[in-house]
Amino acid sequence: MSALTKQASGAGLASLSVMAWRNLWRNYRRTGIMIMAISIGVWAMIFMSALMRGMVEDILQRGVQQLPGHVQLHHPDYPDDPSVVNSLPENVVQAGIAEAGEAVSRWYARIKVPAIIASERESRGLVLLGVDPLAEHADIFANAQLLEGEFLNDPEDQGIVIGERLSDRLETRLGKRVVVMSQNPQNDIVERGLRVSGIYQAEFRGQEERYAYMSKNTLQSLLEIDGQVSEVAIFGQDYRDLSELLSGLQSTFDSNTGMKPEAWNEVNPYLGGAVRLMDGFVLFFIVIIFLALSFGLANTLVMAVFERVREIGLMLALGMRPGMVLGQIMIESVYLLGLGLALGNLLAWLSVVSIADGVDISAVAEGLEMAGMGTVLYPLMLSKDVISANVIVIVMGAIVSFMPAWHAAHYDPIRALTKPT
Amino acid sequence: MSNQQSSQLAVRCLNLCKTFTQGETRVVGLDDVSIDIAKGDMLCLSGPSGSGKTTLLNAIGALDTPDSGEVWIENKRIDQLSKGDRADLRMRHIGFVFQAFNLIPVLSAQENIEFVMELQGVAAAERHKMSSAILEQVGMGGLEHRRPAQLSGGQQQRVAVARAIVSRPSLVLADEPTANLDSQNALQLIELFTQLNTEMGITFVIATHDTRVMSYCRRLIRMVDGQVVSDEIRDTPSHPDAGKDPF
Repeated sequence: MSALTKQASGAGLASLSVMAWRNLWRNYRRTGIMIMAISIGVWAMIFMSALMRGMVEDILQRGVQQLPGHVQLHHPDYPDDPSVVNSLPENVVQAGIAEAGEAVSRWYARIKVPAIIASERESRGLVLLGVDPLAEHADIFANAQLLEGEFLNDPEDQGIVIGERLSDRLETRLGKRVVVMSQNPQNDIVERGLRVSGIYQAEFRGQEERYAYMSKNTLQSLLEIDGQVSEVAIFGQDYRDLSELLSGLQSTFDSNTGMKPEAWNEVNPYLGGAVRLMDGFVLFFIVIIFLALSFGLANTLVMAVFERVREIGLMLALGMRPGMVLGQIMIESVYLLGLGLALGNLLAWLSVVSIADGVDISAVAEGLEMAGMGTVLYPLMLSKDVISANVIVIVMGAIVSFMPAWHAAHYDPIRALTKPT
Repeated sequence: MSNQQSSQLAVRCLNLCKTFTQGETRVVGLDDVSIDIAKGDMLCLSGPSGSGKTTLLNAIGALDTPDSGEVWIENKRIDQLSKGDRADLRMRHIGFVFQAFNLIPVLSAQENIEFVMELQGVAAAERHKMSSAILEQVGMGGLEHRRPAQLSGGQQQRVAVARAIVSRPSLVLADEPTANLDSQNALQLIELFTQLNTEMGITFVIATHDTRVMSYCRRLIRMVDGQVVSDEIRDTPSHPDAGKDPF
């Protein structure tokens, strides 16, 4: 008996699918409206996710490129005491990175120390960055521009480049001298007078007050740490996939030197948190949109079932198993969801492609700048967001559809057949 | 009753009782009904509305279960079967013709006929062959691709009959099959029943008010208030055209 039933069920699937498809178009207006509602919902899920992802991607790329790099190397005690005492020997770093091979696309060794800068009128605390100006120039000015003067010319340059806001606070200007003060490894105060050789403007204006650039060798000399650096920024191929880079660096540096490579999201928990927050937010957003959709879907199916009570009763009376009635209505739901998803995905893709060159959002740039965003928004459609939207709509749609389908499958055939029209 | 006697029976009902509750009123559907229906019989259940004809038909057709008593179809007790087993029994052994709403609107005439065979797992080619043949037999050749809405009431009933008999069930139950038909279509339908009964030996149990239908039957059971009040067996049907080709 069970074999026969199984056979019958298999044979009936094609028929169920045909009936489900035809049932779908019995009320083409209602079906059309529901498909439009699902497709607009899916479009909103994917397109809005792409815009939000684009925002976060912009923040991350700028944030990662600015200073942290994809992976950073520090002395193990540097996070607790970011002074020159906890610096790294540059030759060891260089040799270790060479071992990491092609996973490293570029890297910069820097000195990064807290310091005080003073003009003849004002003084301020800041972070002094001793960089190799020739190597780091492109990354430093990816999201900044030089307003006046010039950037440092070579590792021996004796000038200092400060931000526009800092120059305003210090009431100084290009060509004037400032004094920088910090501590050497013996905790003695060291200071030097430097001429302001350039003034930069950063996209994130807060950086203009926070960072000033000096040549690495000049700063090493000032701090009496020749051959030492305090921070190494390493770039791989893709900041989202650092597993190969990290494992290579960890095997090199952990065992030999005790230096600790850290990914950008560990170095900058704000940026790392932004990605996790966005993942959660996108999921939440998709679920909220679906919940709104689900009422329409459930209503459509409930109406479709109520209109066909006698027909369902007839099928049950003829010997159709409740499971097959349930299956037929679920197939109708899947058709409905599938058509809505196909159209919604297409609309979303077309929308994203149409603004792939970016949307100018400079009208609201002031606010966005605080979040670390640029003035052009590039949508980013991630396959995981598209898959999430599709899976959630199909799975939750099936759950929502199950109730009317289950109800129909358990009609009493006599009552259903005699139900007044 | 001996085994030999019972093997000649298509249906046996023993002491069937069924009551319904309508609001606060208790309505008797069946009151200690016992009947035997022989294989190949053509039986009419008659009686006024509410007499229990449909209730008895539903019990025999495994669509409903009695409160007490036994229903046997070909030596198999069916009133204690599970819902799923009763569905299987209906699918494999019983053909139904209802008063109205007999066909699935989204399927063509031929697809409607093939519906039950598909549930039974009959191969597509075989289904097609059998449904085409039966459509010809009921005078519906050439209309196989029409949907129910494109057929007259009489044509719809003939398709329903074709569906009921296509898989050669041992028993066909018809509930007021001519109620929504004009005289000519009603006559054609009942003559079709008679022809199928005669030629294929299918047992027909027909619940009806229609005296024309009754005149074609060999056995007439009259019911009142859920009880069998008369059981008349005729050697030959009273209608002179009974058994002739209706088409």
